[in-house]
Amino acid sequence: MAEQTTVLTEPNQTAATGKPVIRLENVYKVYDLGEIQVQALRGISLEVREGEFVAVMGPSGSGKSTVMNILGCLDRPTRGHYYLDDVDVSGMSKTDLARIRNRKLGFVFQQFNLLSRTSALENVELPTVYAGISPEERTKRAMESLTRVGLADRAGHHPSQLSGGQQQRVAIARGLVNRPSILLADEPTGNLDSRTSVEIMDILQTLNNEEGLTIVLVTHEPDIARYAKRTLEFLDGKLRRDNVVSNRLIAHEVLKTLPTPEEQAAEDAEDNARHEKMAKSDAAK
Amino acid sequence: MDFMNTFRLALRALARNKMRSALTMLGIVIGVGAVIAVVSIGQGAQYLVQQGIQAMGTNAVFIIAGSSRAGGVRQGYGGVKTLTIDDMNAILREIPIIKQAAPSVTSRQQVVYGNQNWNTQITGTTPNFFDIRTWPVQAGSVFSDEEVDLAANVCVIGTTVARVLFADENPVGKTLRIGNLPFRVDGVLESKGQNVMGQDQDDAIFAPYTTVQRKVSGITWLQFINASAISQEASVAAVAPITSLLQERHRIRRGEDDDFMVRTQSDIADLANQTQSVMTMLLGGIASVSLLVGGIGIMNIMLVSVTERTREIGLRMAVGATESDVQRQFLVEAVTLSMMGGAIGIVFGLVGSALISNFLSWPTLISGKAIIAAAIFSAAVGIFFGYYPARKAAQLDPIEALRYE
Ligand SMILES: Nc1ncnc2c1ncn2[C@@H]1O[C@H](COP(=O)(O)OP(=O)(O)OP(=O)(O)O)[C@@H](O)[C@H]1O
Ligand SMILES: [Mg+2]
Repeated sequence: MAEQTTVLTEPNQTAATGKPVIRLENVYKVYDLGEIQVQALRGISLEVREGEFVAVMGPSGSGKSTVMNILGCLDRPTRGHYYLDDVDVSGMSKTDLARIRNRKLGFVFQQFNLLSRTSALENVELPTVYAGISPEERTKRAMESLTRVGLADRAGHHPSQLSGGQQQRVAIARGLVNRPSILLADEPTGNLDSRTSVEIMDILQTLNNEEGLTIVLVTHEPDIARYAKRTLEFLDGKLRRDNVVSNRLIAHEVLKTLPTPEEQAAEDAEDNARHEKMAKSDAAK
Repeated sequence: MDFMNTFRLALRALARNKMRSALTMLGIVIGVGAVIAVVSIGQGAQYLVQQGIQAMGTNAVFIIAGSSRAGGVRQGYGGVKTLTIDDMNAILREIPIIKQAAPSVTSRQQVVYGNQNWNTQITGTTPNFFDIRTWPVQAGSVFSDEEVDLAANVCVIGTTVARVLFADENPVGKTLRIGNLPFRVDGVLESKGQNVMGQDQDDAIFAPYTTVQRKVSGITWLQFINASAISQEASVAAVAPITSLLQERHRIRRGEDDDFMVRTQSDIADLANQTQSVMTMLLGGIASVSLLVGGIGIMNIMLVSVTERTREIGLRMAVGATESDVQRQFLVEAVTLSMMGGAIGIVFGLVGSALISNFLSWPTLISGKAIIAAAIFSAAVGIFFGYYPARKAAQLDPIEALRYE
């Protein structure tokens, strides 16, 4: 095991040096429920630089999704400031925030959130519709984006005709289509099995390495966090730890060691056969 | 997002639930169809009535025996015995803007020729009646003023009477019997067709009024005076002097009800118009109610649709749709629904009124104004009833919408 790890990981990360794209300054988020006030975030300050790959971790209810909603300009901090590309967006109007989401940010959700009975291509096109791009250009970009996640051959498929991993890849393609500088993913592997999760991490690592896309993802699983370059640990609405990942996993290499779906199926069949045999011999006795 | 996109999106969303969209549209289809059909029937009737009234001559003034008041001691018109030929002559003598006048005294009688038998209306009048009514003979001639003075047994007949009694024979010069009296047929009138009440105007016989008064009905008064002024303005101007002249002659004191009515052609046109408009408005109002119900149906379905598509709305917002993008999307959807309903309704209305005029032979008049109004109205219904659901969609919080199950 120890031997393998050295093969699958790369040396310790050095602190990122790109220009800061995300900066939170003492951000608070309070949900006022009338009788009680929920302090979801309590003074978060952090910085994410261009080209970083950050995993946000922490127990349930620690404020991970809340901070992601603020980073994604879907929500505004109750107090404090959020600078996106050095522009303070904390006080912007809803319409301006919608424009920023459209141009600068890509989203990937745990539930995929693809439109049903709509082709993969059209799902990917969705953000371009609100970007004032010509129809021809929209289709072209959507196709490019699908190609980047390796699904060009599934452009015409509807979500119901795609596996979970493929659906999430379509969702990533949708997140990339307007060429955002930051991709935000809240538990993107939460609904996927372990091999598919690694496939998704492979795509994210490739985008991060080859195109310098800044990625912030939320995950519960420490294994998934090890594909990032840096981890932020939240606890009770506060940032507890900010670590550089040592022995970062390389998804591309890890995939080689995992059984392919076909091998897995063969193995499962063998298992079943063995179980059946045992059951039969039990019955014989 | 540009309009074509929004529109295509709306069509797509509606196509996704075809049955539901169709049923939702049905309310508007029925409403608009009914409005178009009702208005075209109403306008057709109105047109006919106006045509009919126009045909009486624009300069016409009618003096009708009887009171305009319902009930009371006075009898209904026609039953009053005070209007006489002397009244008519006095009007012609004293009111110079009245150019011509002809009396009318009517009676229903059994008419016989050979072995043919027919019940029809006999109108006693003078020869200038046919000038005032611009109603020439197609064969023979009209009886003369001398024959009126002599109370001669002569008559002219309408084409229906001619057809029924004489079939292929030429009636001119033949003698028919009205009651027990023989009458010589002097002429056959041209066909006038139905009047505004749907009665056959050609089912009539005209004879000298003197003959009808003395020999047929045994009365001395008139039911009706058909007068004609020198112009349309003069016909209106003549009403007051005729009224005061007759009041004087009939010794009607101040405060007492008149025993006659004076009406110009434009009075009758106005009255008919009014009745027609009231009818059209009433039916149009009923049809509008169904349009309103259709609108409520649209609102209902749009509200359902917004709820069903909460996650979609959240997603669209997350990837950059602004509030106004979302609002426009749902508004365009509602308007598309209502306008498609409106378009289908217009087609149905046109087909419906064509069928009505064909099978019931009611006159219909397709009105361009009604079609434009229906189109605008159905768009307005879509905007009005789509606004609230669209507003609701636009005001969703993207985070909550994305979490919606
Ligand atoms: N809309 C809301 N109204 C009230 N309280 C909220 C709302 N959203 C989040 N909270 C509260 O804020 C706190 C942080 O929630 P958040 O969703 O950020 O947690 P999380 O770290 O994403 O948890 P999980 O891992 O379960 O997704 C929780 O206590 C939660 O109950
Ligand atoms: Mg969460």
